[in-house]
Amino acid sequence: MRIESAAKLESYRTSLVESQDPDRQKILVCGGTGCLSNGSMEVAHVFEEELKAQNLKANVDVKMTGCHGFCERGPLVVFLPQGVFYERVGPKQVPDIVKSTLVEGGVFKKNLYKDPNTKKEILSEENIPFYKGQLRWVLRNNGKIDPTNIDEYIAVGGYGALARALSDMTPSEVVEEVEKADLRGRGGGGFPAGRKWRTVIDAEGERKFIICNGDEGDPGAFMDRSIMEGDPHSVIEGMIIGAYAIGTDTGYIYVRMEYPLALKNLKKALDDAREMGFLGKNVLGTDFSFDIEIVRGGGAFVCGESSALMASIMGKVGEPRAKYVRSAEKGLWDLPTNLNNVETWANVPLIIGRGADWFTSVGTDTSKGTKVFSLVGSVKNVGLVEVPMGYTLRQIIYDIGGGILNDRAFKAVQTGGPSGGCIPEKYLDTKVDFDELTKLGSMMGSGGMIVMDDQTCMVDIAKYFINFLVDESCGKCVPCREGLRQMLIILERITSGEGKDGDIELLEDLGGAMTWGSLCALGGSAANPVISTIKYFRDEYEAHIKEKRCPAGVCPDLIEFSIDKDACIGCTRCAKVCPVSAIAGENKKPHTIDKSICIRCRACYEVCPTDAVRIT
Amino acid sequence: MSYNPAFVENVINSFGSEKSRIIQMLQDIQSEYRYIPREAVAQLSETLDIPEPQIYHIATFYKAFSLEPRGRHEIKVCLGTACHIKGGKRIAEGFERSLNVKAGKTTSDKMFTLETVNCLGACALAPLVQVDEDNHGKMTMEKIERVINAYINNK
Ligand SMILES: Cc1cc2nc3c(=O)[nH]c(=O)nc-3n(C[C@H](O)[C@H](O)[C@H](O)COP(=O)(O)O)c2cc1C
Ligand code: SF4
Ligand code: SF4
Ligand code: FES
Ligand code: FES
Repeated sequence: MRIESAAKLESYRTSLVESQDPDRQKILVCGGTGCLSNGSMEVAHVFEEELKAQNLKANVDVKMTGCHGFCERGPLVVFLPQGVFYERVGPKQVPDIVKSTLVEGGVFKKNLYKDPNTKKEILSEENIPFYKGQLRWVLRNNGKIDPTNIDEYIAVGGYGALARALSDMTPSEVVEEVEKADLRGRGGGGFPAGRKWRTVIDAEGERKFIICNGDEGDPGAFMDRSIMEGDPHSVIEGMIIGAYAIGTDTGYIYVRMEYPLALKNLKKALDDAREMGFLGKNVLGTDFSFDIEIVRGGGAFVCGESSALMASIMGKVGEPRAKYVRSAEKGLWDLPTNLNNVETWANVPLIIGRGADWFTSVGTDTSKGTKVFSLVGSVKNVGLVEVPMGYTLRQIIYDIGGGILNDRAFKAVQTGGPSGGCIPEKYLDTKVDFDELTKLGSMMGSGGMIVMDDQTCMVDIAKYFINFLVDESCGKCVPCREGLRQMLIILERITSGEGKDGDIELLEDLGGAMTWGSLCALGGSAANPVISTIKYFRDEYEAHIKEKRCPAGVCPDLIEFSIDKDACIGCTRCAKVCPVSAIAGENKKPHTIDKSICIRCRACYEVCPTDAVRIT
Repeated sequence: MSYNPAFVENVINSFGSEKSRIIQMLQDIQSEYRYIPREAVAQLSETLDIPEPQIYHIATFYKAFSLEPRGRHEIKVCLGTACHIKGGKRIAEGFERSLNVKAGKTTSDKMFTLETVNCLGACALAPLVQVDEDNHGKMTMEKIERVINAYINNK
């Protein structure tokens, strides 16, 4: 069916809403990657079977949705209209859940979320601390609608912003609205989207292009994935509005090939949008025509960088080029090209649909709206978190994240991926926005937030990022290629106990040279993790160099494992898991480690139920 | 799987023999054979009029491609940041020891190819190991043998 005008879209939407019964029993099963990995597909299937077996099928719909954000607790299942939220649902519990919730009209307590502090069960999503402080704008539909069904997107008002733009606004009014909303790019640098669009509009060229960057290379970040998988139409709608504003008929979505579900759901969404007349010739019956093609990324971090990404779309090796001329002016095939991130595009329908004033009512002076973070690492509530710009790190990590895992001590939070840095405890009350994090020597980046406790070695983390970038540098420019290699050599020396006086200063000098001399932002920001860890954790570097000691107990060359006789209950688990048979001992008697054989793999430390294995 | 020129021809045609789609074509070939056979490079070069070295340059630049045949099962140990701080590196070393093969290589019985990768995008499940299409979240040293055996037993 094609929808030929804004009015027809509205009447179609009304008919969809009217045909829905708000009281109808629904079971929403999370079909995001996290929950699927934990078996949510089978859970959904068993729900279907169980409903049939109990003769309830006719009155209940089972629906697979996108990611709810609380992936670690998956598979998640929500019952509507009751609003009951179940976590860690396995196929075995399904019959009990159905019986308690649908037949007896109560709840099945075992799979309810329990507050880790009060140990009390919490019934509904809104009351769980993880969700309470969030403001879900971009993730508005994630976990609520079936991403493979365009009608569900339309029923919640989807494509309404597009209809508004096409029928009530000129292209330049659309750009003005985005400028007024002060939308800054969510992919890393925070460049104002409206200004970029304006440059493309003003640039000379017989054709123009737009691109959605769905490469999401930052390790520890998965929000773009969840949006593409869980609400692909919001990205597509944003791109169509952008195409209308900029005046182009061709768009690309560049998705990394590691995201098969995102590729599948985007493809289905594009087909459906085309069939309904939101894409293709004469969008919504107007003169405007536009279509989108999906391009699969080849799995190279540097391909997320704008000029490398464009090279990759053109079938070349994904190497960045020097930006004497911006891609906005000469991008794909040397024509003006506008590149924005997934989350940036998903914000566009919100701005056009509800207006810039509504959008700017939330945020800080320089950063408006919300930001989605992937809160991972040593934090209790791991998952995707969307909050207004300006929330403090403490609010995100402690109120929403529930604090540090196992109540250990907070050490640092890493933001901004390999271009970012580590922020220590004394800045936990910093308001998170583009500029505040940059002031601390880190970056907002794409929104990865990796929480680290006192068992994380900051020199090891710096080495980790440099090692990552050595692999990922395209090698085209010398400061980046050679600078990274030298940094890695120095960091390896320090972590293996061979560090020398002057190494820290050498790292700082190298970092400076790379920042100034590199061709693209990969090299330009590569030193950030090193510089920020030196700045805030210099004593830890010094402990490695001067005392040959790793205070966090991480660097294998600087630690030793032993077993505390008094704490050991002789369960033999450590001996079983030790890969080199370094552990001896009889059942129910204290065990011992032969340090000359031990390869310090940490396996015994991980498995010991009584913390008898000690690291010194 | 033996090389089939008709398959590659189909792939090329599905992109309208458009040179700029070379990466996509290589991806489709990689999905079919799980590596890029030399014959395919020759055929692409011939049909699309792209020099072979240029195709090899692309095939070695992007991590998606392998120029060597892979094992029956591909094990990817995530070394993204979230997985790193939860011990991803130790897990990778554990797999290396258990399979007696270095990361990046294939076991001599051609059963497993072991790889380390940068973030699989399911960081909430860290440390994460992916075998073929299956994600194994919250991996521990103790679970390694079990995961390997599950794939040996049902080949
Ligand atoms: C090495 C490198 C990797 C990048 N990777 C990504 C990425 O994976 N996703 C992304 O959206 N932007 C990435 N960027 C930023 C893009 O170059 C670009 O600025 C951004 O996609 C523009 O979109 P925005 O203005 O909406 O943020 C990367 C930049 C660099 C230097
Ligand atoms: S650290 Fe590893 S090698 Fe050393 S005793 Fe423990 S399990 Fe064995
Ligand atoms: S795992 Fe811990 S308690 Fe069990 S034998 Fe080893 S050291 Fe002792
Ligand atoms: S995948 Fe289910 S909550 Fe994220
Ligand atoms: S860091 Fe391992 S999945 Fe993201």
